[in-house]
Amino acid sequence: MSLRESLRVALQALVANRLRSLLTTLGVLIGVMSVVLLVAIGQGARSEITGAIEGLGSNLLFVLPGDGEFGSGPSRANFAVDDIERVDRALPAPDGRTAGYVVGAESVQAEGQRVTATVFGVTASYLDVTDRSVARGQSLTSSDVVTGRRIAVIGASTAEELFPGQDPIGRNVSLGSIRFRVTGVLERVGTTAFGPDVDSQVIVPISAAQRLFGTSRVDAIFVRATSTAGIEADRQAVERALTERLDAEEFSVLTQDEIIGVVGDILQILTWVLAAIAGISLLVGGVGVSNIMLVSVSERTREIGLRKALGARTRDITRQFLFEAIALTGIGGLVGLALGVALAQIVAAFAPVPAEVTWWSVALALGVSVLVGLVFGVLPARRAGRLDPVTALRRE
Amino acid sequence: MSVSERPSAAPPTPAEQPSLLEARDVTRVYRLGKDIEVHALRGVSFEVDRGDHVAIMGSSGSGKSTLLNLLGALDRPTSGEVRYDGQEVRELSDTALAELRNQRIGFVFQSFQLLPRLTALDNVALPLVYRPGTPRDRRARAREALAQVGLADRMEHRPGELSGGQQQRVALARAVVTEPALVLADEPTGNLDSVTGEEIMALLESLHTEQGTALVVITHEREIAERADRLIELRDGAIVSSATS
Repeated sequence: MSLRESLRVALQALVANRLRSLLTTLGVLIGVMSVVLLVAIGQGARSEITGAIEGLGSNLLFVLPGDGEFGSGPSRANFAVDDIERVDRALPAPDGRTAGYVVGAESVQAEGQRVTATVFGVTASYLDVTDRSVARGQSLTSSDVVTGRRIAVIGASTAEELFPGQDPIGRNVSLGSIRFRVTGVLERVGTTAFGPDVDSQVIVPISAAQRLFGTSRVDAIFVRATSTAGIEADRQAVERALTERLDAEEFSVLTQDEIIGVVGDILQILTWVLAAIAGISLLVGGVGVSNIMLVSVSERTREIGLRKALGARTRDITRQFLFEAIALTGIGGLVGLALGVALAQIVAAFAPVPAEVTWWSVALALGVSVLVGLVFGVLPARRAGRLDPVTALRRE
Repeated sequence: MSVSERPSAAPPTPAEQPSLLEARDVTRVYRLGKDIEVHALRGVSFEVDRGDHVAIMGSSGSGKSTLLNLLGALDRPTSGEVRYDGQEVRELSDTALAELRNQRIGFVFQSFQLLPRLTALDNVALPLVYRPGTPRDRRARAREALAQVGLADRMEHRPGELSGGQQQRVALARAVVTEPALVLADEPTGNLDSVTGEEIMALLESLHTEQGTALVVITHEREIAERADRLIELRDGAIVSSATS
């Protein structure tokens, strides 16, 4: 029997049992659809987040506690305000290129309005280093930081929520139980689906924030290199300066690319986990196909006996049923793929979550669905092929 | 058993050419569980030559179904030999047996054994699927065979839309479409009324004489059996009489 003939016979059998074929293929269809959709969302999240990091500027060095490897051990340093100065002094050309911050969530209150915001305690150069600017009013100065003045520069969204239709500059806000005076409003950045909601941040001098949070730690230090070529020299200078006080494993100095690498790896693993969860439904769909194929073989025992009497070889019968299983899962795979891609587009259009359909998820989904048919079709197909024509023909 | 002495419709065979079908001391033992053995056939020998018309008669339990399976190369004997053109069936692989059935044998069953999903035409073309050839050729040959059995106007009907006699005609067309050397008919009139049965037998016999195909009919009805040139009677797994009419 030719391959084409086997395929034709398989499709005929599927059409003859339309409803059953449809329901059976649904399992595989849903599996493939969820793999494609979830991988698209995972990939979309990954490029969105790495994009957000890239937006910080490519000449940025991140000085972070811990050894900077994904899954690193507990050896983490607590940076102090001194370390910011230590780093700054060590740079080849220190010119307000270093900034540090401490961060915490705090309830922010003003005139009866109340929001929860991310409060950044920063050094004076923070906004310059991270490439942000004040839209109205004034930024923080070095003396504000030294004296720990209770002043705040607030994000555009926070300003609207706390002071709708009013000018917030000169007004008071309460962070926790401490009052701060608003001196400036930040330029609007716009939101991304992931990453920090930059426009609702509240920025205060680091010394005031440390008092507010009851801590003396610094969460991270940024260094803006003067040029891409200068990054490596800056990194070495920073490392030298900090190893005077800390062990090399207690901190790490990472470029933006390295951060993207680490975060990207984590999100890639997340994507794979999503794909694996969706893959389970594909597996369940495969079991369904196997089950229905066994039913089909037992229903068509007489047909198998007849075909064998008319000259079908074991191989012909096995192939016929194997093709039937593969056609079931293959069609489910194709339709599931189409639905998954369509849903991904809908998600991308209407939800804040981006979705990116990647070629490898498409290839994987189709390959796996055909493979599922092959694997779960082999058992029923072999059983069909091995049927003895004498007993098969006599079956009523 | 006696070698057929009858002249056949096919050209006379040279003396050295082996018979179309030869059964020698054939036994078939079924094991049902550990200690129970059923001796369905106990040493059966006979020959069928090209163009012969042989009837095998027996009541149920006489071993005729077992014999049919062996003659149809659907099963292998426990001992003894079944030879097609001198070739021992027991030595053939499953694949070779399938080919032998496809090339040399046409089956007609009591219950027609048509595939309900397929049209009459596709049912007739079914054995050709397991041979090389294009779908076009297959359909052309199937059309010819259906015309031969008088169903040229029912080609696109499914078995459910045909009467029993028409269904058995489709089955006859399917049996001869491969131009086999032997047509094996197992109670071909068993599911039909006597008038239709008579028609089917007449058609079988005319196909046999026109094409020179050997015909072996297995039946429990004496009237059907006596139409053959040679009548072999089975009882309890052994041949009790073999007569040439």
